[in-house]
Amino acid sequence: MPLTVSVVSAEQEVWNGEAKQVIARTQIGEIGILSGHEPVLAILAAGTVRITQSDGNLVVASAEDGFLSVDHDVVTVVARNAELVSEGQKQH
Amino acid sequence: MGAQLRIYRQKIRSAQTTKKITKAMELIAASRIQKAQQRVAASGPYSRAVTRAVSAAATYSNAKHILTTEPEKIERAAIVIFSSDRGLAGAFNTNVVREAGELEARLRAEGKDVVHYLIGRKAIAYFNFRKRPIEKAWFGNTENPAPDLAHEIGQTLVDRFIQLASEGGVDEIHIVYNRFVSMLTQVPEVVRLLPLEIVEGAEPAGERIVQPLYEFEPEEAGVLDALLPVYIESRIFNAMLQSAASKHAATQKAMKSASDNADKLIIDYTRLSNNARQAEITQQISEIVGGADALASA
Repeated sequence: MPLTVSVVSAEQEVWNGEAKQVIARTQIGEIGILSGHEPVLAILAAGTVRITQSDGNLVVASAEDGFLSVDHDVVTVVARNAELVSEGQKQH
Repeated sequence: MGAQLRIYRQKIRSAQTTKKITKAMELIAASRIQKAQQRVAASGPYSRAVTRAVSAAATYSNAKHILTTEPEKIERAAIVIFSSDRGLAGAFNTNVVREAGELEARLRAEGKDVVHYLIGRKAIAYFNFRKRPIEKAWFGNTENPAPDLAHEIGQTLVDRFIQLASEGGVDEIHIVYNRFVSMLTQVPEVVRLLPLEIVEGAEPAGERIVQPLYEFEPEEAGVLDALLPVYIESRIFNAMLQSAASKHAATQKAMKSASDNADKLIIDYTRLSNNARQAEITQQISEIVGGADALASA
């Protein structure tokens, strides 16, 4: 079952879609989320969030001042200033 | 041209120019409501996500956190009033200020000291005119609120909240703003921001009856520390956006009735001026006839 991911900033929803993996930097280190992950509420450190879509494409978003919540395969990345850095590159 | 007639014509012209202005303002407000409403809608996912996370953190942590625990005795409360920079919006600003006044009376009756934080020139003008103390005020751009300002306001409030009451801090924070219900209705609303009363957003129940146990990263207290200012900020930003949308809707309504009134005035004065013109002509005719009679009989 794929993850349902949404990246939201204060002003709008930046990106949403399905993914098989989400990697983010929290205050105590990197966290990788796959389907079936236990519910987590984590505070993000400055950095990027990398989302691997179901078809293998990579979406990179910058998230500053934010947090990440995982609940029943629903991943929400929330940051005041979230921005899409790049979208749709094939991962090597 | 008779004096009476000239006065009526002046009044008609003045009503016509006023109508041009109010009509233009009505159209401008109407075009901006759309955008303001879109911004309210666009910020929905963020505030929903933040609210859900705060609910989860508050429900699943046993940590006693200053922002969630009710102090035993509330000495001082802060009221944040969201008004607009410009008027000509009907009862928009009057409503929030009145609502805030009622809240203040209620809080004072409970023996609390009250301090005010104001947003928008209209509330500031109201307080200055009555020489009432303002704790801090922000103005400019109330029609197009920026997230940075919400951040600043949120930070100020949280800082003040963390201070001990004996050192001048506040124990309670209320916000008063106009909530956008529809184009026709905007309701002034009072919300207690801190200490938190988390109302889980309109989450569809049923599907997930059992809420999951959360893992916190870093520890619970740290998550609450980081999350609650964000929550406050998102509530404030939401109030600012709602207030902006309400302002445009109120302006549109007020300007519509002003234009309608101008129309009515123009019709009334046109009737009166026709009357005056006719009376003038009648008078001139009777003067001529009277003059001719006098000449004939002489």
